[in-house]
This record gives sequence, structure tokens and C-alpha cells, in this order.
Amino acid sequence: MRVAVASGKGGTGKTTIAVNLALALEGKVPVRFLDCDVEEPNAHLFLKPTFDHERVVSIPVPDVEEAKCTVCKKCGEVCAFNAIAVAGGKVVTFPELCHGCGACARFCPSQAIRERSHRIGILATGRAGSVTFVQGKMDVGTPLAPPLIKAVKKEMGSEEAVIIDAPPGTSCPVVTSVDGSDFCLLVTEPTPFGLHDLKLAVGMVRELGIPCGVIVNRATLGDFHVERYCYEEGIPVLLKIPFDRRYAACYSQGDCLVKVYPEWVPVFADLWRQVERMVKRGARALGNQR
Amino acid sequence: MQELLVISGKGGTGKTSLAAAFAVLARDKVLVDCDVDAADLHLLLRPQIQSSNEFWGMPKAFINAEDCNKCGLCQEACRFGAIEDYHVNPHLCEGCGVCSRLCPAGAVVMRDHLAGYWYVAHTPYGPMVHAQLGIAEDNSGKLVTVVRQAGRELARERGLNLIIIDGPPGIGCPVIAALSGVSLALVVTEPTVAGHHDLERIMQLAGHFRVPVEVCINKFDLAPAKSREIEEYCRAQGVEVISKIPFDEEVAWAVSRGVPLVQPRGGSRGGAARAVRSLWEKLAERLDVLARRPGH
Repeated sequence: MRVAVASGKGGTGKTTIAVNLALALEGKVPVRFLDCDVEEPNAHLFLKPTFDHERVVSIPVPDVEEAKCTVCKKCGEVCAFNAIAVAGGKVVTFPELCHGCGACARFCPSQAIRERSHRIGILATGRAGSVTFVQGKMDVGTPLAPPLIKAVKKEMGSEEAVIIDAPPGTSCPVVTSVDGSDFCLLVTEPTPFGLHDLKLAVGMVRELGIPCGVIVNRATLGDFHVERYCYEEGIPVLLKIPFDRRYAACYSQGDCLVKVYPEWVPVFADLWRQVERMVKRGARALGNQR
Repeated sequence: MQELLVISGKGGTGKTSLAAAFAVLARDKVLVDCDVDAADLHLLLRPQIQSSNEFWGMPKAFINAEDCNKCGLCQEACRFGAIEDYHVNPHLCEGCGVCSRLCPAGAVVMRDHLAGYWYVAHTPYGPMVHAQLGIAEDNSGKLVTVVRQAGRELARERGLNLIIIDGPPGIGCPVIAALSGVSLALVVTEPTVAGHHDLERIMQLAGHFRVPVEVCINKFDLAPAKSREIEEYCRAQGVEVISKIPFDEEVAWAVSRGVPLVQPRGGSRGGAARAVRSLWEKLAERLDVLARRPGH
């Protein structure tokens, strides 16, 4: 079963939920962890994996052979991303704007454009205990996250439990991360910010046709509007975690709740079982009826 | 005209709460929410929308089934895996148009695509520009650029000298669009391993774009040792931490009531509110110094 952990709002506790879930299941079933928050990957700070394999992820960008180029401007015309243009009588390229669609090379009438690899980040795989760990880390200054997220998701594997830690928001990087999951856990906090962004996140998973459930973090710092919304929408609230200075201190050092407070192990194991039951029941009815 | 960007790398460190407080404390400014994915500043500033504008994203390919002769050329050529069974998945289509140019039957057309809205609004604290990108859309960087441009025009029109920008999380496309060319970036971090890790990446990014940076640590007293570590890291980078804001349940309470933490006069005397006021004074001074710099 593939479970994505997402949230509209940042900093609500996606990574906390994802890593504690992985640790609670470790040793019971084979677990694979994919950190798809390639802009700010944080799960490794908590699971502390040892990486045994790293590879560079690149996208194809144009390389213009000036001798063959007739400066016909066709490349600039076909590029939808303003990544190639004619200026001062020669072709200039902007690899940081390029999406790697290959239009310029394909449509150049004099075959003056070849493609070369342009590095966007690193894909690393390793192990944290018995958990198989995969993460993407985007190079600083690179704008495009989705190609790297796709590279992380290619390492999907067929473990019984696959946990995907998604980036915040509801736009393309999140959709790329969450797409294809059996279930999506939406982590929120009980504030107007949390509620507003939760509604966007629910809209996103419904658009993708993925059943969802909500986890309310720092549940004691706020109001009841999130739960009321979930009730009205028929979305199950699967877990509430109270705010506790001890938990905050534990998180701040990179320690995991289930390790320091083992009473949380059965809670997270049970969360997984609940999700499993809903997915088996064809849970599309739950939290996804609109 | 100066632009102050509030940014964090890691989400949920308190960008929006701080931006809203600055909106209350600063004079003669325009407010811009560049977190177009999950915009929240309007929840605190209660804008009255004056104009609503369409945001058109990249066009999306569409295959006319009647004209399609199922040659499969489009499917083969699409680098984004967006075409399957002679059907385009709009979530995967990036709008490059290769399929449309290649199709021998002329069956693939590029359709304009409404991807969201942006708004010019009035708030009790001054004019504001914000946006809502459609759910599951791309092109957030483009919309950020549109919103920033609208903010600058509004500032020029009204003769306002400062733009306060609430930034998006991360270090990708929308962040780069929000960061490039601003006068000063305030990085809001938290005393956690993740906060520290993401602070390093966002500071590298700011360095890459040569944007001057100030750092503040929010909820610093939840992990004093981690806060000291972050201060040391910043010092090694040649940046003094400008402010340390204590954890204060009043902040969550203010957000829950949908009001900014501070008020122009009077208002809260709590620890966080006091720290935020003094932070704003320091930032205003820093902006003054930057404005007087030659070449500005």
C-alpha cells in the first residue's frame, strides 16, 4: 500500500507523521520511505539513513553547434518556456528555464541543436534500520522540482508499506508526489491557516481521486473548526496529537516520538491499520465523495 | 521603492504571522502575498477585494478524438508522460506544444488554460495584492512574478515606498521568483534540526541571488541549545541573528481569532508581541541604511 503524507500548509508535521509511521511499522512489515520534498528534504534528519547509492539527476537541455546554426530563430519560436532565443546574432540558452521538452532540438531545420545533461539534483538511496530510504535533493538555485520528484518515485518498489513524504502546497510538485498513491494522509493544525490550506489540499486529492484522512497536529493549540469541517465533509479524522513542549523538544533535536515515547508505537501502527482497512474497503467513498 | 521579503525555506515557521505584524507596524506600504499556492495572509488582514484578475497558465494540449488517427507520434514524443491512449492528462502536460506541432492529422490543439486569479484589495493596513493558484496547477513562479509586478505598480501609483512580501516555502520556482531583486530578505527559522537544515539552503539561495539577509529565530526558547547552534552558524556566515522570538500561546490565539498579533497602538504586551515590535524597528533601520547605499 502506498500512502502519501501531505498538507496544504507547511510546517504542520508531515515529516513527523511520515517518519513515525515508518518506525512504528519497521520490523513488522517491509517499509520503503520516499522523501519527495526535494526542495527541503528533512526526513533523513530523523531516520538518519546510511546512503549506499547516489546518482546525479539531470534534464536534457539544448547545446547549440554554432557552425551548423543558421540563426533562423526556429528554436526560439518553438520553445514555450523562453529558454532559448536569438540575441545579438547568435542563439543563447537559459538552462534554468528549460523543461527538457526537446522541441528546439527536434524542430531545428539544420540539426544544429543536440541535447546535453543539465544537473538539477541528487537522488540518494540507502537504509535506515530495515527501512529502505530514498530521497531527492534539489541543487540550490534550481527552479524545477517535478523532474527530480519523478526520479524519486521511479524508485517505488513493492514493499508492503510505501510512505511518501510530500512537499507543502497544492501545486505541481505536490501533485507529482501524491499521484498514484492509494491513500493520502493530510496533516493540519487547528487554526484558520490550517483549515484554509486543508480545504485546498482536500480539493487536490479529490481532483486526483485519492481517498484521504486527516491528522490534527498540535491539536490543543487552536479551535474546533478543522474537525467540524472534516465532519461536514465526511473526511475521517484519524489521529490527533496534542501540543506538548516535550514533543517539541524531541522534534527539535531530530529525535522521533515513537523512539522517545514508545507509547506512540501502537498509535501509529493502528493508524496504518485504519488506513489499510479503508483502502481495502475501496475507501473512495470516504473523504472523496464529491 | 524597497521590497522586504519574509521567507523561511521550511514551512510553518511563522512567515505569515510576522508579515501580518509588519503590515500593522509599517507605514506607507503595499502588502503582497507571494505564497500563491496556499495564501494565508488575507486570513489575518481581511482584504476587501477591489479587482479580481484572471491568471492564464501554460496552455494544455488536447486531442480531438475525431481527427486523431492513432499514429502514436505524440505519445512517443512527449517527455512528460502526459499522453496515454491518445488522451492528454492535464496534470502532467507542461504545455511545450511538441505534440501539437508533430501531429500529422492536426488533431492536437493547445488550449488556453485559466490557472488562477489574482486580486488587488484594500485592507485596514494599506493596499494588498494576493492570488489563488488553482488547485493542482503549475506555474506558481509565473503567478508570483505577476503578483510582485502588480504590487510594484500599486506602490508607484499610490506613492508608497515599501512593499512587504509574504513568501512561499521551499527553494524552488516560486521562491526564486519571490526572491530575485528584493531589497532585503528576512529569513524566519525555528530551533529544530529541520529549521536549521532548511535555513542553510535558503541562505545559499539568497547568496546566489545576492540578496541581503537577516535571520530571526521564532519560538527560540522551545530548544535553547538548538537556537545557539543556529546563531553560531549564522555568525560563521557573517550574519547576526537579528531577533529571537519566544514561544507564546498568544500567537496561536491571535491566529485563531484571525487578527494580527500586534496593534498600531497599545495591544499585547506579551513576550512574542514585544519581540516582534523590536524586530520591526531593527528591520526599518536596516531598510533605511540599505536605501541610502550608493547605487540604490
